[in-house]
Amino acid sequence: MKRHVIIGNGTAAVGCIEGIRSVSAEDTITVISKEPHAVYSRPLISYYLEGKTDTERMRYRDADFYEKNAVDVRYGASAEHIDTEHGEIVLTDGSRIPYDDVCVAAGSSPFVPPMEGLETVEKRFGFMTLDDALSLEKVLTKESRVLIVGAGLIGLKCAEGIHGRVGSITVCDLADRVLSSILDSECAAIVQKHLEANGISFLLSDSVAKFDGNTATMKSGASVAFDVLVLAVGVRANIGLLKEIGGTVNRGIVVDTAMATSVPGVYAAGDCAEGYDASLGANRVLAILPNAYLQGRTAGVNMAGGETAFTNGIPMNSIGFFGLHIMSAGTYDGEMSEERGDGILKRFFVKDDRLTGYILIGETGRAGIYTALVRERTPLSEIDFEAAKKIAGSAVFSAEVRRKKFGGAV
Amino acid sequence: MKRVYVNEEWCLGCHLCEYNCAWANSGVRFMTDALKGRKIFPRIHVEGDSKITFAVSCRHCEDPLCVKSCIAGAIRKEDGVVRINRDKCVGCLTCVLVCPYGALAPAEDGIMQKCELCLSNSFGEPACVKGCPNHAIVYEERGGAE
Repeated sequence: MKRHVIIGNGTAAVGCIEGIRSVSAEDTITVISKEPHAVYSRPLISYYLEGKTDTERMRYRDADFYEKNAVDVRYGASAEHIDTEHGEIVLTDGSRIPYDDVCVAAGSSPFVPPMEGLETVEKRFGFMTLDDALSLEKVLTKESRVLIVGAGLIGLKCAEGIHGRVGSITVCDLADRVLSSILDSECAAIVQKHLEANGISFLLSDSVAKFDGNTATMKSGASVAFDVLVLAVGVRANIGLLKEIGGTVNRGIVVDTAMATSVPGVYAAGDCAEGYDASLGANRVLAILPNAYLQGRTAGVNMAGGETAFTNGIPMNSIGFFGLHIMSAGTYDGEMSEERGDGILKRFFVKDDRLTGYILIGETGRAGIYTALVRERTPLSEIDFEAAKKIAGSAVFSAEVRRKKFGGAV
Repeated sequence: MKRVYVNEEWCLGCHLCEYNCAWANSGVRFMTDALKGRKIFPRIHVEGDSKITFAVSCRHCEDPLCVKSCIAGAIRKEDGVVRINRDKCVGCLTCVLVCPYGALAPAEDGIMQKCELCLSNSFGEPACVKGCPNHAIVYEERGGAE
């Protein structure tokens, strides 16, 4: 019987718990949860503000999840140090939890660049956690003028979420376009136009030079009056626990495909980890929910004595704003080709007979077929890729491949 | 367990499976009342090109990526069947992003729905298969884990 400790209580932790339990019913599991909540679906906080879900339905697992899986959750606890010499996790309150192996699933933290006068802003919020959303909700009124710093996934989902309950929304970003981490300029322009048509204003290639109470003076000289400030500039992986004991870290905690870190007995998974990206052929932080689960699960299976590797992780996103759906995957490396239609733009990136990535705007049906081409590095010469670009479907595969897909247990 | 399998060489492309699916999951007694004059949102769909047609529905995979990827924890596998809790789904389409079979599509309200083999509706077994005139889809045991 082994004693497993999981630092963190998000999606990667759930994957780890379910991974451990798929191998062993007897091993003990202790979860260190900084947040005072049972695991919930973090990306749903914007849908919560939009009224599309509630805290009960936001549960990522059933209320009896921990009990059923015999997990000891320490709510409100925080890990300060991994004492590898004694095999103990030291908590911030000084208490110790012995472990045989540990999974660091500590997520990421909002990155707030130094901004002059930030402390003079009374109503300022992050947008990462359920508690962030609940505190933001308390101050919003139909008259609120909201300034969101950051036009990435978090900032824009926040904008959509609060849109119906505030007076106005301005989003600023240092980047020259929205969603700069997943969209090129032309695709970003389409999305921006759609957001503007829904009443969101933008100040791009611009940043706040100074806050003075309820006024932001931009670098460009523009002045923005606001009542509520949301900071969604970006996040940084929580790598501290590994860094201070000499573990290999880069932007995230570096892990192999078994999710093992450079420190024996220590695994990492989720937004804090830097694992293998099959579309890049190298490690990078893949801070997306599916990846967190899959990495966590891989770590859990290996911790419990099973043997598995996560070799086909890729960046991918499905995100929608006011009815416009956008999907993207991979690295956008290689030659670009595109398909256009009314309100539709699909871009494909091909290198060495492989689809390295894609961006879809407005038409996303059966996109998983494209995602699988990226993830599995399918040689495009084996399929009718020209037909596939026009419409995602399985007719582009050979009859033999289809027989395997639809004629057998998969 | 039993699943829906495709014999594409026998598919006529008649789309009857789509109509039977939409009817079976409508909860309405008569087919005309359920479907006539309406755009249907079936959980199976016929694909193909000028040479071949075939019907695609959930494979109920051994290792379902949709279950592991759902950002709401709304999809789970129970007794071999991949099911969705529509009450939890927010319509983000991440399951569409990851399903390699292209087997998932949202319902009329934008919230996801999926083939659950008609095990929970009044048909009790896949209506698409029952109504297929040419055995182009069959419901049977072909091995593999649960």
